[in-house]
Amino acid sequence: MAQCSKAAQLDAAFAALSDATRRGVLEQLGRADASITDLAERFEMTLTGMKKHVAVLEDVGLVATAKVGRVRTCKLGRRRLDEVTAWIDRYRQLWSARFDELDQVIEELKLKEKERVPR
Amino acid sequence: MKNDTTVERKSEREVVITRTFNAPARIVFEAWTKPELMRRWWVPKSSGITLLSCEMDVRTGGGYRFVFKHPTVPGETMAFFGKYVEVSPHSRLVWTNDESGDDGQLSTLTLEDRGDTTRIVLLEVYPSGAAYEAAKGSYDGMPESFAQLDELLAG
Repeated sequence: MAQCSKAAQLDAAFAALSDATRRGVLEQLGRADASITDLAERFEMTLTGMKKHVAVLEDVGLVATAKVGRVRTCKLGRRRLDEVTAWIDRYRQLWSARFDELDQVIEELKLKEKERVPR
Repeated sequence: MKNDTTVERKSEREVVITRTFNAPARIVFEAWTKPELMRRWWVPKSSGITLLSCEMDVRTGGGYRFVFKHPTVPGETMAFFGKYVEVSPHSRLVWTNDESGDDGQLSTLTLEDRGDTTRIVLLEVYPSGAAYEAAKGSYDGMPESFAQLDELLAG
């Protein structure tokens, strides 16, 4: 089902963002493209470690990489990040809609309480 | 005037939802703990979801189960279910979300009574970053899970 796979993709994107280093990498790539070696140095980790993080980000489309000669350059895959933000927005809308209805329930409860205990 | 709802991703495994209600905490707490009240707001009308049943045994160790139907999945019922881990009248309610197995988030509702208003903070914590990651694989078969809920409401 197309809808399910889209939800799964968004979920994968969230999972990819569930790591401080990977969020840092995205932030860094937001400023400038960088090679995996640059990123490994900046985040003080091994090349292998950074490759894994970049692979996770690349899998979900948050990062795009291209090999030029012996250097793999990373840049942002912008569209997916927007989708992730959109998800949070829609999640907020869900809670907002729930709470607006909860407001009505609460108003009724307040009225009932007033009737029971006249001030 | 409606109060604002804020949703914020606090860390790799935590989401925080906050809202203020124009009533003392005892009333807000009542609306979260009585099934006949809960069913009136938990599933917003705009979602198109029909809540079929809403069972809640609100005490520490007690369970809850909301069974619902959505027009995009006719003939199938889905459910949210879990257990209450802590029930402290008017101030705190903690429950599990077990429809996604062991990877479900733990929800902690804190009510801060400010006299005529109550500020609520709902913290949703996934067991670990790894559990959060693992959860993604189960989504296709789990229409009731977190991400699908969003799809249902967006559709």
